[in-house]
Amino acid sequence: MVTTALTKEQVLGWLSEIADPEIPVVSIQEMGMLRDVNITGDACEVLLTPTYTGCPAMGIIEADIKALLHEKGVANATVKMIYQPAWTTDWMTDEAKEKMRRYGISPPVHSGCGDIFKAEQHVSCPKCGSEDTAVVSRFGSTACKALYKCNTCHEPFEYFKCH
Amino acid sequence: MTREEALFKYTLRLGDNALILSQRLSEWCSYGPILEEDLAMTNFALDLIGRAQAFLGYAAQLEGIGNTEDTLAFRRSERQYYNNQIAELPNGDFGHTMVRQLFISSFEQLLFSQLRNSKDETIAAVAAKTLKEVKYHASHAGDWVIRLGDGTDESSRRVQQAVNAIWPYTAEQFEMDEVDSLLVAEGIAVDLQSLYADWKNHIAAVFAEAKIAMPGECYMQTGSRQGIHTEHLGHLLSEMQYLQRAYPDAKW
Repeated sequence: MVTTALTKEQVLGWLSEIADPEIPVVSIQEMGMLRDVNITGDACEVLLTPTYTGCPAMGIIEADIKALLHEKGVANATVKMIYQPAWTTDWMTDEAKEKMRRYGISPPVHSGCGDIFKAEQHVSCPKCGSEDTAVVSRFGSTACKALYKCNTCHEPFEYFKCH
Repeated sequence: MTREEALFKYTLRLGDNALILSQRLSEWCSYGPILEEDLAMTNFALDLIGRAQAFLGYAAQLEGIGNTEDTLAFRRSERQYYNNQIAELPNGDFGHTMVRQLFISSFEQLLFSQLRNSKDETIAAVAAKTLKEVKYHASHAGDWVIRLGDGTDESSRRVQQAVNAIWPYTAEQFEMDEVDSLLVAEGIAVDLQSLYADWKNHIAAVFAEAKIAMPGECYMQTGSRQGIHTEHLGHLLSEMQYLQRAYPDAKW
C-alpha cells in the first residue's frame, strides 16, 4: 500500500510511460487516449477512450495500466472506457506524429479531417518525404492504418488515417 | 412500455445489428478474393464488433439484471435477437457481400449522422465515433458495386442478381415500432422513415454509375422487430455461440 495520498499528477506521470502496443514508440498519453484520472481516497479510476471502437489494443492497454498501478502499490485501480468526446487524430501531439514518422508510419496529415477521403490524397512517404505516393489499400494491419506505396523510392509504408 | 424498456430494446437492436453483420463479415477472414479485400472486410468486422460491444454493454447496464455484453451476445436464442434480417443474410460471393454492405452502410451513415444529436449521451457518443468508421464502409462498398456493376458481363450479372435478391430485405431497416415512436418523442431515437428518401437517392446514384437497374416495387420482408428471422440466423448463432453454450463462462 502507498503510505502517502495518491495525486492525480503522480498517476498521470506514471501512466505517461505506457506505450501504444501497436506503435510502441508513442505513449497512450501522446496518442490522446488517456483522458483523465479520478482519485477518491485510495481508489484510482483511469478514463480511457478508444481510437477505433473495435481496437483490440484497448484490452492490452487496460491490462498494462492495471499492472503498472498494481506495481506502484495502488490496490484499488479501475479503468473506465469513455466514448464522449469521440477520439480524433487531432489530439495526437506533434511530437508523437514525428516519432511515428521516424518509426516508418506516415502520420495523419492534421486537422479535423472533415473530408477524410481528401486527406488521403496528400500523404507523404515517411522514408524519403516524397508526396508522390499511391494508396494500395485503405485498410491495413490495424483499423487505424492504410497501406501506401511511394512512387519515388518505391517503399511500401503505412499511413495513420485521419479520424 | 416505459421509457427505460424502450431504451433497452432500442440499444439492443443497435448492438444486434452490429454484432450479426460483424459475424458475417468475419467469415471472409482468409477467404477474401485478394489480400487487400480480406483486410478490408475484417477491418469492417472489427469496427462492428467494437460498436456491438459498446451498445450491448450499455443495453446490459440499462437492463440491470446482471447481464453483460458477453451474456447478451452468447446466451440469447434467435427469437431474442432484434437485428434487421439483412444483416444475417449469407455472404454469397464478394459482389453479393458488397451489395449488402452498401445497403446497410448507406443506411447507417444517415442513422448515425442523426443519432450524434441524440439526447441520450451514450448513444450520441457511440454514434459520433461509429460514424467516422461507417463513412469508410459505405464509400468502399459503393466503389466496389460500381467497379463490378460496370465491369465484365459476368461481374455485372452477379451484382444485379445480388441487388435483386437482397432488395426485399432493405425496407425493414426503416420500419418503426412502439420503441421508435416513444424514443423519437423523447429526442433519443431517429425517425427512420424520414431517412428513406435520402437513402434511396444515394443508392440510385450508385446504381446509375454502376449501370445496375433499380428493382421495382416488390414484397418486402419483415419480422425482426418481433424477433422473427430468416432460417440463416439460427445457423449463424449456433456457430458463434457454440463455445459459450458448451462451456459456459469459459475464459480465453
